[in-house]
Amino acid sequence: MTAAAEGSPPLRATRSRGGPLLQSEQAQGMALISPTFLYALVLLAVPILVVIAHSFWTQNYLTIDRTFTLENYRVTLTEPIYRDLLFRSLYISLVVSFVTVILAYPIAYFISFHGGSRKNLWLFLITIPFWTSYLLRVMSWKVILGYGGVLNSGLMGLGVIDEPSTAFLYNTTAVIITLTHAWAAFAILPIFVSLEKVDRTLLEAATDLGDGPIRRFLRITLPLSMPGVISALMIVMIPTVGDYVTPRLVGGKDGVMIANAIQAQFGKASNWPLGAALSVTTMVIVTAMAGITVFILRWAARRAR
Amino acid sequence: MIEIAGVTRSYGAFKALDDTSLSIREGEFFSLLGPSGCGKTTLLRMIAGFDTPTSGSIAIDGQPMDGIAANRRPTNMVFQSYAIFPHLNVAQNVAYGLKRLRLDAGEEKRRVEEALAQVSLSGLGSRGATELSGGQRQRVALARALVMRPKVLLLDEPLSALDKKLREQMQVELRRLQQAVGITFVLVTHDQYEALAMSDRIAVMFGGRIAQVAAPKEIYQRPVNRQVADFLGGMNFVKAEIVEESGASIIVETHGFGRVKTDKPQAFVRNGKAATLGIRPERLRVLWDDATSSHQVTGKVVDRHYFGEITHLIVEVPGLEKPLSVSETNNFGADDIPVGAAIRLAYDPDALVAMAD
Ligand SMILES: Nc1ncnc2c1ncn2[C@@H]1O[C@H](COP(=O)(O)OP(=O)(O)OP(=O)(O)O)[C@@H](O)[C@H]1O
Ligand SMILES: [Mg+2]
Repeated sequence: MTAAAEGSPPLRATRSRGGPLLQSEQAQGMALISPTFLYALVLLAVPILVVIAHSFWTQNYLTIDRTFTLENYRVTLTEPIYRDLLFRSLYISLVVSFVTVILAYPIAYFISFHGGSRKNLWLFLITIPFWTSYLLRVMSWKVILGYGGVLNSGLMGLGVIDEPSTAFLYNTTAVIITLTHAWAAFAILPIFVSLEKVDRTLLEAATDLGDGPIRRFLRITLPLSMPGVISALMIVMIPTVGDYVTPRLVGGKDGVMIANAIQAQFGKASNWPLGAALSVTTMVIVTAMAGITVFILRWAARRAR
Repeated sequence: MIEIAGVTRSYGAFKALDDTSLSIREGEFFSLLGPSGCGKTTLLRMIAGFDTPTSGSIAIDGQPMDGIAANRRPTNMVFQSYAIFPHLNVAQNVAYGLKRLRLDAGEEKRRVEEALAQVSLSGLGSRGATELSGGQRQRVALARALVMRPKVLLLDEPLSALDKKLREQMQVELRRLQQAVGITFVLVTHDQYEALAMSDRIAVMFGGRIAQVAAPKEIYQRPVNRQVADFLGGMNFVKAEIVEESGASIIVETHGFGRVKTDKPQAFVRNGKAATLGIRPERLRVLWDDATSSHQVTGKVVDRHYFGEITHLIVEVPGLEKPLSVSETNNFGADDIPVGAAIRLAYDPDALVAMAD
């Protein structure tokens, strides 16, 4: 009784003292982030709203008719050319993201588990290609994959082929190769981070309980690094769908992607509403594809137990 | 059961473990006790197979373990951090090692439940690994190892992360569990009370070497040297001179305690004539009023520390270079003895132990 009576006043005191403190801390936090937050919100939301609005309007030569219509979406979803471009873009981004992650995982694994004291050096080396501009990197792939390029002369030197092949450049494969290379570092980093977070004693515990290196990897390391794998997939998948430069430079006719079509609508064809509808459709489909991928991977990880 | 023969583990020029030999018996609760950095974990990890000796060999159950990987050894380990798999629930954690045995589902479930019952966690099988208290995590780690029915269970400071109450409770439970399952337990600890309370035998280690291997009582009462004596609790050290050394006994001459004949400690290495005589503070008793004893010393109280159920008296005895520390229970009023009082202390000559310097 006495203890309770004695205990309550200080309790109340701390509470009433804690309240305003918390509020002011929150207020301070809000005040601190608000300029950046507003800036980001404006830059993100306004263009999207503008695009969404346009997608329901119609282009009349130089003016825009602002009556609501779904015509642009009908064209987007039924015109074979846009459907093909959309599918190709999704296919390319899916392949690129999975190939990138599959190639990035062993590198991240090596750095995390065998990098020793030189982990930072390894990470630094990985960023070196980014010292040159993206355009230059894409151009160098042109040099490698082109008609008189490194790959062709190498294969001819080895006697594998007699004359230069045109099969390497200006097609979907070239786009996939170039994008995979371009995004590798972005995939390595999140996987590396999640591998670093795997407690090494868990691996010893798994070994202690009878697992060899492969089972241990499949049962402990892989599931625990899944968050990194998923974010790597998303980081690569989402932007590659809308990539514009790479298909333009190394894609040729076969490698054209949806972003090139969107650019054409906003540019030469001067049909902003159709371009907007293509953009919105792409956004929705990419979101759905990303969501489904995450869902499937999570489900698979749970099943694997 | 476990034969460790001349094992050394070097890191460069530094020897974390130096020519250590040890024999652990089947079914015993064995503790490796020593201060931080003395090589306890190093030795345990070599038994488990996570580390290999630079030289020397380890055999378990008559089988040499050279070249046998950790996942093929008949040992299981309870890690200091427990190493509970965070993406699995309690039952999945416990069943982890069983999966490889491909038991049928009913048998696997039965063994998991049995193991959970052994550590009093029945019914918690579907809890997530992150939803457990420290004590519960410790029990899951224990169940996960026990369910494998290893020949040897290795425990690296399993109780050090628990609070005092829980730690004492788990000491009793671990001891009971070990007796129930009959598996050889090898426990690493730096807590001497833990080692004394739980073990059948204790190895005390210092700086990569084993100083003494014996049963708890023997280690506490007959430490081989000052280091061991000190590590296991308070001890009064008195300078002594060896008068006679013969077979199993030794006679030393001291100032305060006169001429004393004691059993020779194991591994006694004579170092000239100098030796040390030791007596634990609680083996000195205050003599009240006109009670006398045939073995007593007289001194003056110079300081007093009150600890609730006991009082520590610091008593200056003429002829001794350092005052004696006396631990006396308070039911006769030791807490009322004033500083400066002259008192007499009785002792049992059997409580005196001669040690190498
Ligand atoms: N990988 C290593 N490289 C160099 N020295 C090491 C290594 N591992 C352990 N040591 C050293 O070996 C000695 C014994 O270490 P060990 O971990 O066995 O100590 P311990 O008795 O378990 O101590 P604690 O009670 O603190 O856990 C320590 O001095 C430690 O610094
Ligand atoms: Mg240790």
